[in-house]
Amino acid sequence: MSNKKNIVYPYMPNSVDSIKKEMMDELGIRSIDELYSYIPKQLRFQEKLNLPEPLLSEIELKEHVEEILSKNISCDENINFLGAGCYRHYVPAICDEINSRSEFLTAYCGGTYSDHGKCQAIFEFTSLMGELVDMDVVGLATYDGGQATCTSLRMANRITGRNELLVPRTMNPEILSQLRNYCDSMTITLINFNPKTGQIDLNDLKNKISENTAGVFIENPSYLGFIEEQGEEIGKIAHEHGAIFVVSADPSSLGVLEAPVNYGADITCGDIQCLGMHMGYGSGQSGYIASKDKPEYIMNFPNHFYSLYENDKGEFGFSRSLNQRTSYGSREKAVEYLGTNTGLWAITAAVYLSLMGPEGMYDLGRNIMYKSQYAIMVLSEIKGLKVMFSDSISFKEFILNFDESSKTVEEINKELLNRGIFGGKDLSKEFEELGNSALYCVTEVTRKSDIDKLANELKGILG
Amino acid sequence: MIKRLGFIINPIAGMGGKVGLKGTDGEEIVKKALSLGAKKVAPNKAKITLKYIKDNIDGLEILTYPGDMGEEECKELGITSIVVGNINMENTTYLDTEEAALRMVEKKVDLILFAGGDGTARNIYTSVGDRVPVIGIPAGVKMHSAVFATNPLNAGKIVVDFFNNTNVEIRESEVMDIDEEQFRAGRVVAKLYGYMNVPYEQAYVQSLKAGGIYSDNICLEGIADYVIENMESDYIYLLGPGTTTKKILERMGLPYTLLGIDIVKDGEILVNDANETEILEIVEDKKTKIIITPIGGQGYIFGRGNQQLSPKVIKVAGKENIVIISTPNKLIDLKRRPFLVDTGEEDIDRMLEGYYKVIVGYDETYVYKCSY
Amino acid sequence: MSKDVKLRDFHQAKWDEPIIFELSIPGQRGILIPEVDDEIKDRVGNINEIVPRNIKRDKRPVLPEIAQPQVLRHFLRLSQETLGQEINIDIGLGTCTMKYSPKINEQFVRHHKFSELHPLQDEETTQGVLEIIYKTEALLKEISGMDAFTFQPGGGAQAVYSNASILKAYHTDRGEGKQRNEIITTVLSHPVNAAAPHTKGFKVINLIPEGDTGYPSLEQLKSVVSEKTAGMFITNPEDTGIFNPLIKEMVDIVHEAGGLCVADIADANGLFGISRAKEVGYDMCHYNLHKAFSSPHGSMGPCCGAQGVKDFLAKYLPVPIVKNDGEKYYLDYNRPDSIGKVRKFYGVIAAVLRAYCWIMAIGADGLKEVSELSILNNNYLMKRLLTEVKGISAPWSEGQFRMEQVRYSWEKLKEDTGVGTEDVERRCIDYGLQEFYQSHPPYLVPEPFTPEPNETYSKMEIDEYANIFKKISEEAYENPELVKTAPHNASISLIHQSAITDPEDLIVTWRVYKRRKGLK
Repeated sequence: MSNKKNIVYPYMPNSVDSIKKEMMDELGIRSIDELYSYIPKQLRFQEKLNLPEPLLSEIELKEHVEEILSKNISCDENINFLGAGCYRHYVPAICDEINSRSEFLTAYCGGTYSDHGKCQAIFEFTSLMGELVDMDVVGLATYDGGQATCTSLRMANRITGRNELLVPRTMNPEILSQLRNYCDSMTITLINFNPKTGQIDLNDLKNKISENTAGVFIENPSYLGFIEEQGEEIGKIAHEHGAIFVVSADPSSLGVLEAPVNYGADITCGDIQCLGMHMGYGSGQSGYIASKDKPEYIMNFPNHFYSLYENDKGEFGFSRSLNQRTSYGSREKAVEYLGTNTGLWAITAAVYLSLMGPEGMYDLGRNIMYKSQYAIMVLSEIKGLKVMFSDSISFKEFILNFDESSKTVEEINKELLNRGIFGGKDLSKEFEELGNSALYCVTEVTRKSDIDKLANELKGILG
Repeated sequence: MIKRLGFIINPIAGMGGKVGLKGTDGEEIVKKALSLGAKKVAPNKAKITLKYIKDNIDGLEILTYPGDMGEEECKELGITSIVVGNINMENTTYLDTEEAALRMVEKKVDLILFAGGDGTARNIYTSVGDRVPVIGIPAGVKMHSAVFATNPLNAGKIVVDFFNNTNVEIRESEVMDIDEEQFRAGRVVAKLYGYMNVPYEQAYVQSLKAGGIYSDNICLEGIADYVIENMESDYIYLLGPGTTTKKILERMGLPYTLLGIDIVKDGEILVNDANETEILEIVEDKKTKIIITPIGGQGYIFGRGNQQLSPKVIKVAGKENIVIISTPNKLIDLKRRPFLVDTGEEDIDRMLEGYYKVIVGYDETYVYKCSY
Repeated sequence: MSKDVKLRDFHQAKWDEPIIFELSIPGQRGILIPEVDDEIKDRVGNINEIVPRNIKRDKRPVLPEIAQPQVLRHFLRLSQETLGQEINIDIGLGTCTMKYSPKINEQFVRHHKFSELHPLQDEETTQGVLEIIYKTEALLKEISGMDAFTFQPGGGAQAVYSNASILKAYHTDRGEGKQRNEIITTVLSHPVNAAAPHTKGFKVINLIPEGDTGYPSLEQLKSVVSEKTAGMFITNPEDTGIFNPLIKEMVDIVHEAGGLCVADIADANGLFGISRAKEVGYDMCHYNLHKAFSSPHGSMGPCCGAQGVKDFLAKYLPVPIVKNDGEKYYLDYNRPDSIGKVRKFYGVIAAVLRAYCWIMAIGADGLKEVSELSILNNNYLMKRLLTEVKGISAPWSEGQFRMEQVRYSWEKLKEDTGVGTEDVERRCIDYGLQEFYQSHPPYLVPEPFTPEPNETYSKMEIDEYANIFKKISEEAYENPELVKTAPHNASISLIHQSAITDPEDLIVTWRVYKRRKGLK
């Protein structure tokens, strides 16, 4: 105490000496360290932490942090064609307004009464997602789309008691990495794709599926952008072998593309970042899982469920239910584990879907598909690049292959960057079989002029 | 409908305690206790309970026994009671307690409240069995049975709760006693006499917030399934008394005795309710596992209610083959006290001391200490 | 200063707000998407014919149709029916460290130089955010004494899972992966310390507190360590706020048996500058940046579990790691021993940015002040509750000071009045408080209550808090029904909900509710 400077900290109301003294007097102590003197000496940190000098005033802090942030160049400043799991969609102002509210931003695990509004908003999130994916049971948002996939496939494992997973070779490599870690007790087999279309090779699927297959997984649209058109056949093959069919679906596509349950999916999952979350360098990710209304599915969700109740006065209330499934209910006996996830993003997605409505989601999907088809058409004309999987239809992403150019994707992207454009994600390392390729993304915020500019710049760079 | 409470005091219960006598079963001992200056303790404790009942229930009909078996205490508190039966005012014995309890059952009381110790509980059990719910005011020297409230005031609260609430939980609770002769000689030979129906003390029911943890029954099923899945065919299994252990046999579809030792091998019952000799004949030197559960509220794992699992039997099985199972709530109800053993042989007791991985659910273990 | 802080005549907002679907008016729009340029349409043709027919959605999703002001109003009303930390004395949610999240940090997180960064942008354009990550790692290394950090886990539980993954990789590399399959934890540690290792395939052994100390004995631990021991996952102090003084000896016992020790320091609020993970001898730990490091809890996330390890385990950390080559920061993916990814991209960097700002705003002295004030506040509150409130107790280590929180018991109150902790919890909302945290199961402490008055609460607020529970206790003794039927001034009244145990009774979507009720 004595060697400390006498600083009053704005975040700490009792850092005023006279208040401290009053409280210490009440406890009959002379210095605060008497309160923790029973910690063994060898466990006490005797020195002062070696940290930078603090920026005590908000003015200094703001200057310091803004100076660091100014080194970033954002997608507001450049034209962006990056996607690959994190998307720049339009965020309606009301989404930010609601998730900035102190009440939601700083609430936590309060329950039925104290946080009634939060509980209702979460119920509305699961209800709105239920309509979007056309399923009855939706869990509270999980960490990200990757975790949603991992958990969905472990659900398949628990429900079937089987140990093998079949996943497409084209799937998101980051999620595959998560899956290899999370399902390391299971065998994960990759299903080949048709080199022309990217579509699942059904013969390969039939060869690899067996009575040991717990789940067959696809992404739709796929990570590489194309729409998988054989959903129904894949689901049928999975079900014929008693396996569970899990589909990861991009919610932004579900105004125009069929909900996976209607071509056979037993579990639908994915990421809701596209529903009103800023990218925030990956901070906006958040996963969803939905299933049929069957006990064996319900009891295998590891997340909280906010179930609806009515009281004597006819009021609706919401309460965390079937808690014995979760690790808060039963420790290691639980279904996987549970902790704080992404509640604020669930509420934000509820706001987003309420604003969009059925027509908004349709218009969104339609707008994106027009843009991607247009971009593919315009870019296909450029010498030195070709659009891959052009026999399939893309939703918002597509692959540009630069094998015919002498430049690598990395070099091309550097040159694009010099022209104020973030080029597509370099696939040349993670998908060697696709050659010198990059994954490009357009959304409703991509303007026609952006696409035209990209085409012009690429012409220059490749020509 | 008239609410009817039977009220019985064993006036001499608890007298031996302060003068170093372990219990007052038997005339000689009572005399000895009195000569050592012992004072009656049960009546005063019972009055605490009674006062609380008087202040909190209206229209209760109290049936009691003459003199210091309840009548006087009621009078002192200004309670009108219906006195049944006759006693020798100078010298009450256990027969009076038994008779009193029987009369209460005949008069169709809803609940019997008694003050005493294990001996008294046993007497009540002889007459009542599971016909009428019972709650004990703790007033004896020995109180190994699980039929007592934690203190006289709480006994009153349980009675009030019983009559004022419709959905009071009734649990089967152990009636235990030990042989006082042996006890005074420093040896404890305890026996499980049976189970009586006891209203459960609500204050200790753990709060299941919005379906928090699994119910006891689901835990029991988990424990049983885990034990069954891990049974090995070359082992003989000795299952001790109690509802926890017998859940295993129930789920195996085998016949069982609640109070006895049942022996299982290869999914078949070898003997039900085996005595020590029968156990030793069967196990000889074969690989044997003993599956037991602690006695609720007490924590005894050997030497109370399962004497058939004698030091010899324990030796044949070996400490490493003792499997202890319990619901988490049962462990919590021990209120941090360790498991206890009292096999009658000190070296065995010492050998049994230490820590056990207690199975508390499916593939779920808590580590718990055992002392002697 | 007086302790007689006046209690509030509080009433929470009560809007009786319909479910969002009930607000739907066909034809209304909340927001419009720009019409596609005619040139694009001309070029592409009719999009409806381009979408593959067998996967085209013919029916629109049955979402509500609501105009913008009504959507805003609806969610604003719901927000008013929520007691966020910023509007109440949120001491109740112990173990969670409900502290003030500086508002300036929200401005940074919502600045386009952060919010509009795509995680795959060229590193040249993300030097600022990489610098923040790199520097925050350095700060946490010093605060914990660990050698390397990652921010990838999306919460404390995922960080525990990630630690379990590293533990497994370590033993597997040493050829002991199969043999070492047992994890030891304590029953008072956060349940995820049992659940996450179990999810990773470990068997779990729970130690339980012995006697009156509140922590297990060394003998108990010794009785379960063996060549099967993979490691120990432990919280110290646990939710009781009792610092386990045997922790070093426990760590040594596990190390001698060949296991690793993992600390769950989700709530570091009592430890800054006082005791570090390094000195205890832990091999791994994690901090929740949304607890002690001030990032807001966001109605349960998004958040960040900062995972820290010693040098010899650093190679296993999730990919990528931020490095600096002397001139610039970059992401290093070349890590062959890594456990891979636990979350997409690099984690919730928004929480990292806030943690960085928070540490930089207070510095080393400020951090120690955080812990000392938390401990002071906690012991002050304990003194007031235990001496002035009837029916409350603090089991274990009685008479001893506590660290940053205490697990109290209302057992006596329940015994005396029939009013239990759930009733008290509902009643405190009537005085403007968020409900409180009871306990993780199993309830070793009967009728539990776990408040945590961290450094951001003033003495006046702590006094108000104590006075509220004093008042509720008086109510329980005088008029128990008042407490048992609470809340009376909250957004909704008491719901006689018997906990749902049957999945058939679950209603988590409006469509299921309507179907059960036979509504269209």
